[in-house]
Amino acid sequence: MTPRRFGPPWPHLLLGGALLAAFLLTRWVTDPYANDVLTTIGINVILAVSLNLVNGYTGQFSLGHAGFMSVGAYLSAAITLLLGPSILGEDGGTPWAQNALFFGGLLVGGLSAAAAGLLVGIPSLRLRGDYLAIVTLGFGEIIRVIFQNIEPLGGALGLNGIPNYTTVGWTFAIAALTVFVVGCLINSTYGRGFIATHDDEIAAEAMGLNTTRYKVVAFVVGAFFAGLAGGLYGHFKMSITAASFDFTRSIEIVVMVILGGMGNTLGVILAAILLTLLPEVLCPIAEFRMILYALLLIVLMLLRPQGLFNFRRSHR
Amino acid sequence: MEFAQQLLNALSLGAIYALIALGFTMVYGVLRFINFAHSDVFMIGAVVGSLLGNHLPMGTWWGGLACLLAAMAVCALLGVVIERVAYRPLRDAPRLNVLITSIGVSLLIEYLFQNEHVFGAAPRPFPPVFPSVLWQWQGLSISSNQLIVIGVALVLVVALELIVYRTRIGTAMRAISLNPRAAQLVGINPDVVVAFTFALGSALAGAGGVLYALNYQSVEPLMGVMPGLKAFVAAVLGGIGSIPGAALGGLLIGGIETFIGGSQFSTYKDAIAFALLILILLFRPTGLLGRRIPEKV
Repeated sequence: MTPRRFGPPWPHLLLGGALLAAFLLTRWVTDPYANDVLTTIGINVILAVSLNLVNGYTGQFSLGHAGFMSVGAYLSAAITLLLGPSILGEDGGTPWAQNALFFGGLLVGGLSAAAAGLLVGIPSLRLRGDYLAIVTLGFGEIIRVIFQNIEPLGGALGLNGIPNYTTVGWTFAIAALTVFVVGCLINSTYGRGFIATHDDEIAAEAMGLNTTRYKVVAFVVGAFFAGLAGGLYGHFKMSITAASFDFTRSIEIVVMVILGGMGNTLGVILAAILLTLLPEVLCPIAEFRMILYALLLIVLMLLRPQGLFNFRRSHR
Repeated sequence: MEFAQQLLNALSLGAIYALIALGFTMVYGVLRFINFAHSDVFMIGAVVGSLLGNHLPMGTWWGGLACLLAAMAVCALLGVVIERVAYRPLRDAPRLNVLITSIGVSLLIEYLFQNEHVFGAAPRPFPPVFPSVLWQWQGLSISSNQLIVIGVALVLVVALELIVYRTRIGTAMRAISLNPRAAQLVGINPDVVVAFTFALGSALAGAGGVLYALNYQSVEPLMGVMPGLKAFVAAVLGGIGSIPGAALGGLLIGGIETFIGGSQFSTYKDAIAFALLILILLFRPTGLLGRRIPEKV
């Protein structure tokens, strides 16, 4: 890998800019359609950037990101839906109380997803490459089957009537936070370990790095933000089923990461925006969306494996 | 008797898993990557069988065998084409890139077939191409389909074993698997061998597809996904790269699924297969009959 500059504090600038944008968006975006599209973009950016930490920077190919998302979605929705009425009282509470509850729910969802990430991270101690891909895929499926069988969480019907707490502003603020945390992590001395693990695990190990720990940390942090994204998604769509977090959803996120270029946060953000807008623009061919995704994967791997938005010299 | 009946069901399901697992194992043995598109080749085998079966007289031996052979031939050809177009240009690329490509190929086939102009997402009935008889024997009901599945799988596994261990091309396959560069030095053409491996593995998947559809009597574009994943678990369980391992793993997974399906945990049966996979990889990453391959820097 070419040496990265530690130079200007891009993560900090990005965070400030995005937070400002989030504030402005909340104030001035009133059109419901624009609101929906922007929220979806924000959620997809969180998912893609957090998966990029695992797949791109650390090089641990995970195919179960939607599983972590479902953990966050279900648990945060359970908090606002099941505990909400008793906390907020009869009148539904003030907006402040509602937002506090929402954030409590998001945090619980994110932390549970992080715990699930720890669970997946542990087998990754011994596995690499395609085996790990299969195990994460398996974990995603196991989580799905478990949620489908928990009756208090709606079983196969899922949860409905989740309060609509997600706003464009909150989504963008959390997206900014994700980019900031991942950016800081990667650009810190500690974070070099992720890249070393990616570049050559055996060599990194020989240099005395505890690659296992980096892999687990990447999984836990990635899963935490996926959980937040899941919580936002649940409180945005107002209904969730286990089936909406299946393998296809994971693949959509993987396509964003690959299209943007693994290990290239800015590219991944652009890819997430592009792949959210594309189906909106190409409405008439909506049924061909997944065919298009599949072709994108194949053609990219054949012609431009470093990703569409990666203009750095290939380091392989 | 209940147990014997379940055992018979397990054996016929396991035989199908074994056939698919053999394809995974062979490709992994030669090229060292997981071919995700394998489960969609399986689905195409079933589709070819049903399309041909609708034009043949039902319930005849020659009709059934014609379906089976046609599916195997089409799938073999398809496997070679997929390898030529999508995988060969990536022969020297990192393994992860090939894995991602195979996921792309898999999704492409699935969603193309779900398109209403190609096949449509709705399940279609599979014609009863083979003669269907039900024997009652001491309270055990044995269908001719189950015996056909077990018999065909047995014949194919033995044939595969003979090809790999008794023919020149089989020797070449094993040589490439052991050391691709040295194999090339002694005059083995890797392109021919890899294409042959894909043809063989895909033909087995095609046969598995027809037999599976025969048992469940329906065909749909996503029918390969779950059997494919379970067959992969079977291949890992038996030790990926090993032919007897894949057969053993297939039978074990078929057995576990049948017995859990008949118990109170039936809704969890898909999750249990994956949980098993994770446990195996944790405690015996090389599988039951696999050998450890040292990783070189």
